[in-house]
Amino acid sequence: MSKLGIIINGLIKENPTFVLLLGMCPTLGTTSSALNGMSMGLATMVVLIAANMVISAIARFIPDKVHIPCYIVVIAGFVTIVQLALKAYLPAIDAALGLFIPLIVVNCIVLGRAESFACKNSVLDSACDGIGIGLGFTASLTVLGACRELLGTGAIFGFSIFPENFGALTFVLAPGAFITLAYLSAIFNKLFNK
Amino acid sequence: MAKLENSLKNMVLSLTVITVVVGALLGWVASVTADPIAEAAAKAQAEAIKAVVPVEGATADAGVEVADCGNGLPATVFTVTKDGQVVGRAVKVTTKKGFGGKCIVMVGFDAEGTILGYNVLDCSNETPGLGAKMPTYFQTPENGGKGGKSVVIGLNPTKNNITVSKDGGDVDAITAATISSRAFCDAVALAWASVSGNTDAVTSATGQVNAAPAESEEQCCGDCEGPETCQKPDSLKCDKCKAAEAANE
Repeated sequence: MSKLGIIINGLIKENPTFVLLLGMCPTLGTTSSALNGMSMGLATMVVLIAANMVISAIARFIPDKVHIPCYIVVIAGFVTIVQLALKAYLPAIDAALGLFIPLIVVNCIVLGRAESFACKNSVLDSACDGIGIGLGFTASLTVLGACRELLGTGAIFGFSIFPENFGALTFVLAPGAFITLAYLSAIFNKLFNK
Repeated sequence: MAKLENSLKNMVLSLTVITVVVGALLGWVASVTADPIAEAAAKAQAEAIKAVVPVEGATADAGVEVADCGNGLPATVFTVTKDGQVVGRAVKVTTKKGFGGKCIVMVGFDAEGTILGYNVLDCSNETPGLGAKMPTYFQTPENGGKGGKSVVIGLNPTKNNITVSKDGGDVDAITAATISSRAFCDAVALAWASVSGNTDAVTSATGQVNAAPAESEEQCCGDCEGPETCQKPDSLKCDKCKAAEAANE
C-alpha cells in the first residue's frame, strides 16, 4: 500500500470507531461536545504516531514473550509526555479532558495498532498508519461530539444554532452517546464499506 | 523481521533498557515543564481571584490557608487590598457534596460579606448540561446567568439564606440539578465560614457550646456589682473580677 493509501485506510476502511469499534470508552466519555471530542482525538493521534514509530523501530529487539509490557511502557511514556505538555501549555484543554488523557494508555487503538501494524512494518509506514488511524479517530470523535452537542444543547463548538431549551438532554448523557454512536456507525458503514 | 529469541537474558535486558530510557526521557520532560505548569497554575489562580473580586487596581496577597473550612478540607483565603484598605476576600474552598464528588469553587466577598463574584475552578465531576452549568448559572444575567432568584451575586450570607429554595433558601437551583446546586450553596457557606472565622457554624453542632463561655463572662460582670463586691466563684469570674481579686490578695 502506498503511504497515502495507508492514511486513507485508517480514515475509512479501518476507521477505529465505526469499523474496528476500538477505544469505545473515551469515545463515549469525551464526546459530550465537539471541541472535547476533537481535542481527545488529536491527543490520541499524537500518541499513536509517536508510539507507532518508536515501536516499529525497536520491535526487532524485543523478545516475543515480553512484547506487551515493553509496548505499554513506551505508550505510557508518550501519554505522560502529552499530559505534561498539555498541563504546561494548554491548561484549559487539560482541565476539559481531565482523567481521559491518562486513559489513552489503555486505549485499545494504540496497543492494537502497535501489535497489528507497527511491529511488522517500517517506521515511515507505521507513522502513516498512526496519522491515518489518528485522523480517523479524531474525525469520528468530532462528528460524534458535534451530533451530540447539536441535538443535546443546540450548539456546535459553542456556536448556538438553536436555543438550548429545544435540545434533548439525553444526547449529552450516556444513553444518547450509545444511540448516536450506533446510528453513525450504521450510516458510515452503509456509505463507505458496502 | 526476526525477533530476538526468548532467553531470560534477552527479556531482562530489553525490559530494563526500555524502562530506563523511557524513565530518563520522562524525567527530562517533567523538569522542562515544571516551571510552565507552576506558572499556568499561578496565572489561573490570579485570574480567578480577579474575577471574583472585580476591583480595579487591587492586589491579592499570597493566601492564608485555613486548616478546616467546616467539612474537614482546607480552604485558602486571599485578602484583596487596594491602597492599604481591604476591599474584599477571595476564598477557595472544596465542597464534598457535588453530584460526582468534589467541586472546587472560589467565592469573592467584599468587606461586609456581600458576594462580589464566584468562579468554579473544578466541577468536572458534575453532569454535562446539568450540574456542569454551575460556572454560569448563578452569575448575573449579563454574565450568562439564569437571572431572577438564581443570581447569587449581591447576596450576603449574614442577611440572606444561601441555600436552594427547596430547602427554604433564597437561591433557585439549576433545573434538574438540585444536588449540584446544593453543593454550590455549600461551597458558598464554607467560604463564608472560612472568612468569618466561624467554621463551627457550618456544622452548627458546636456553635452553641462555643457561645456559652462568652455569655457567662458577660453575665459575671453584668450580674455582680463590680470587681470589689464580686461574690462569684473563681471559675465563673470574668477577667476583670479575677484581676481585681488577684490585686486584692
